[in-house]
Amino acid sequence: MNESMHLIIAGRTKRRRRFFLVTSLLAIISFALCCTMLMLGNTIYPFSDVISVLLGEKVKGASFAVGTIRFPRMVAGIFAGFAFGVAGTVFQTMLRNPLANPNVIGITAGSSAAAVFCIIVLHASNAFVSIASIIGGLATVIVIFLLSRGASFSIGRLILIGIGIQAMLNAVISYLLLIGQQHDIPTAMRWLSGSLNGAKMENLYPLIITVLIFGPIIIMLGKRLDMLELGEQAATSLGVNTDKTRLALIISSVLIIALATAATGPIAFVAFLAGPIAKRLVGAGFSTIIPAGLVGIILVLASDLIGQFAFAARYPVGVITGILGAPYLIYLLIRMNRKGDL
Amino acid sequence: MKPTHTFQSEGITAGYDNRTILHDVSISIPSNKISIIIGANGCGKSTLLKTMARLIKPASGQVTLDGKPINKIPPKQLARVLGLLPQSPIVPEGITVADLVGRGRYPHQTFLKGWTKKDYEAVAEAMDMMNITEFADRNIDELSGGQRQRVWIAMALAQQTDILFLDEPTTYLDITYQVEILDLLTDLNRKYGTTIVMVLHDINLSARYADHIFALHHGKLVAEGEPAKVITSKLIEDVFGLHCTVVKDPVSDSPSVVPIGRYHNKLRMYS
Amino acid sequence: MNNTAVSENKQLLIPKNFIKVLILSIVLLGICVLASLAFGSRAVGWNELMDGLFHPDVQSHGANVVRQRIARTVFSLMCGAALGVSGALMQAVTRNPIADPSILGVNTGAALFVVCGISFFNIGTAGQYIWLALAGAIITAIFVFGIGSMGSGGATPLKLVLAGAATSAALSSLVMAIMIPRSNVMDQFRFWQVGSVGAGNWNSISVFIPFLIVGILIALFSAPALNAIALGDEAATGLGVRTGTLRLVAAFGGVLLCGAATALAGPIGFIGLLATHMIRLVIGPDLRYIIPMSALSGAIILTISDVCGRILGSPGELEVGVVTAFIGAPILILITMKAKMRTL
Repeated sequence: MNESMHLIIAGRTKRRRRFFLVTSLLAIISFALCCTMLMLGNTIYPFSDVISVLLGEKVKGASFAVGTIRFPRMVAGIFAGFAFGVAGTVFQTMLRNPLANPNVIGITAGSSAAAVFCIIVLHASNAFVSIASIIGGLATVIVIFLLSRGASFSIGRLILIGIGIQAMLNAVISYLLLIGQQHDIPTAMRWLSGSLNGAKMENLYPLIITVLIFGPIIIMLGKRLDMLELGEQAATSLGVNTDKTRLALIISSVLIIALATAATGPIAFVAFLAGPIAKRLVGAGFSTIIPAGLVGIILVLASDLIGQFAFAARYPVGVITGILGAPYLIYLLIRMNRKGDL
Repeated sequence: MKPTHTFQSEGITAGYDNRTILHDVSISIPSNKISIIIGANGCGKSTLLKTMARLIKPASGQVTLDGKPINKIPPKQLARVLGLLPQSPIVPEGITVADLVGRGRYPHQTFLKGWTKKDYEAVAEAMDMMNITEFADRNIDELSGGQRQRVWIAMALAQQTDILFLDEPTTYLDITYQVEILDLLTDLNRKYGTTIVMVLHDINLSARYADHIFALHHGKLVAEGEPAKVITSKLIEDVFGLHCTVVKDPVSDSPSVVPIGRYHNKLRMYS
Repeated sequence: MNNTAVSENKQLLIPKNFIKVLILSIVLLGICVLASLAFGSRAVGWNELMDGLFHPDVQSHGANVVRQRIARTVFSLMCGAALGVSGALMQAVTRNPIADPSILGVNTGAALFVVCGISFFNIGTAGQYIWLALAGAIITAIFVFGIGSMGSGGATPLKLVLAGAATSAALSSLVMAIMIPRSNVMDQFRFWQVGSVGAGNWNSISVFIPFLIVGILIALFSAPALNAIALGDEAATGLGVRTGTLRLVAAFGGVLLCGAATALAGPIGFIGLLATHMIRLVIGPDLRYIIPMSALSGAIILTISDVCGRILGSPGELEVGVVTAFIGAPILILITMKAKMRTL
């Protein structure tokens, strides 16, 4: 009895240590990327200049480039990346399916369709487009959940209905792009593939505030999320109110993802990739929410740097994450099917 | 020894969607005993179990624990008294045996605190009892069906409830493992006085291991009591539609059902 | 012995509603054709319709409009038939009620190839990117089927749909990557991206015909064996069907049909899903009857949708791909809601 207890404690301590080590490493990498983003650009500023600018001192040239352009870009990347990563892993864990994420089940299509509609048909202002995209995303989620309610909650049904709704929204987007005037098309395209270009602090506050409120809520619900992973019945008999927990998790994740989408457009695959990568790194048995958020940040910032500087043409971050994520998605599908997880 | 509870269903009617499966079932679970629910496929065995374990809300009637309706008891508090092992729980990917068993500690933990000494003790005890301590750091995916089932039962044990429900804990297992699991559950009952309620398919094993049998037919309770009194050829004929004779199990003296088909019937010669 | 005789008899039996449905479909088809010729941004009267069809010497404006619409109508009938049969084949091959080119990611595969063609090979006319789109569609379909049917249980609806959605997502980010630095490509591509039969002309019809014939022949010949597959692979093998070969051939036929239609008309979703489901509801599961009837009903649905799009969108037009998505997606959702999740 005592012996087995020591065995169990030893095993768990080992896994715990790995969890903290990896999480700290991820945090350090995120920080390093932030610094790089502030330093790199058409002109490269030394670290000291960057610090001075952040402390509010006036540095010739650097104040504008770092303070007005690069800093908001970095903030947008951090919060959107965190939001996508956290919300993605919540959906994947809750629906017990790594493929189930806001991109695949049509939530981001709702945001995009609403934004494209506002740009092409209403020629609306930026702020209005953002609000519309939030509403669009939320409305899509509500519709999907209402339709998939049924007698008992079923993941398969949810995913299939999400995909059906997405087909409709994609048809709308295609049609809107077709009737749109040519000069509106590039603006609209931004809503189909996420980008950090032109991020401004004043547009980012809603996202920042939402993430700061709902991020911690999600983290606090992490333990219940782990129980939900065991299935509806097991979670209930362990004393989790599954309906309430699921509702709280969905509302929180959808809110942060809707605001992130409104701020940067749907950055492809971050929501999908962050969870599995984080899980692979920290190992099973611990909540992956925080590591997934960090992986999300790293993915967005690194991809943005690649998109800006690695090629002759400048690509928005969403295209880079899309190209990085696509092969992994396919690999994951193949692996899941082989194992018979679907 | 676990405390005594009165745990009852009072006229529950329940089902899925618009289909009513249970009709006005009132039972009282004998405390600190092993009860087994038997009946033909689709008779409502699992529905009764799940309704009593608050997984299904009854359309009418209620389930009470010590006189209190269970839906009025806070879920975590109830989960410290009443546990259920579902028929097909889901294995989270890549989780180790010890961590999975540890999830049974959820109702005893608070948000901020990590694992306490008590948690480790409970997990170690449950794993020792199910003989799975050697697998502690192994991945669940590597285990066989019988071993896996022991892990799940250990998780339910780590929950340290007074009452434990099991929905067909031996399905898909070879006969050797079926007996092993039932023996382990009996250990649990004898050692701690845990009240065990389960659904089993095998009538003869039910008759051997149960202290108390509930027989369901078309969503209604048709008989209950000690196996020796309940299991009669008439009851089996009524409930399963099986023509049979009941003999004494040479090992346990419990009733044992022997089916009668159209062939190989030497009894017919004498009748 | 008696039993076998009865069941064989049953096999030969024509489904009880078949004749009625057939007649009804032919009548509907006629109405569709007339509607497709008559309606549009400019509606024409009966006389003009007759002039356009049967009096080539009459040169009124209305008659000319009708003549222009003939090619479009023929093209939409062919696309509809192809998509309908393709849906029936794919559903039979996968034993999966919701297999449809739009769901399987075939459209995005075609799109990727088209974008590559426009961007890298300066391909501009519809006639040129037919082959590219067809290749894209076929490759993607094989890929998605391959992934979706891995593992135990074969291609369940959920696996297949996820494989399709994931592949679509992957391919569309490639499409984006190619398109974003090239605004001129975006400008061409967006016209193909919305499925439409508006561009149908005699040239595209003549390209289409061989594909249509080969595809439908494959479908008709494989129908009896596909009926056996509906009982499960093991049962089908027991009945003497070479399941592997049959699947391959039938799936090839299905992809050929939907690939050709997608290449020429752009992505038009849900026709296969709608047509086959309606027909199955009325005449039962026998594929020997479902396949020809799916062709008919696919043609009817697509043509009606096209007419609706023209009426709703006037003075311009609402592309048929948008219309079918709005009719088809709710049907998909209904099927999903009704289905027992065990079967998904």
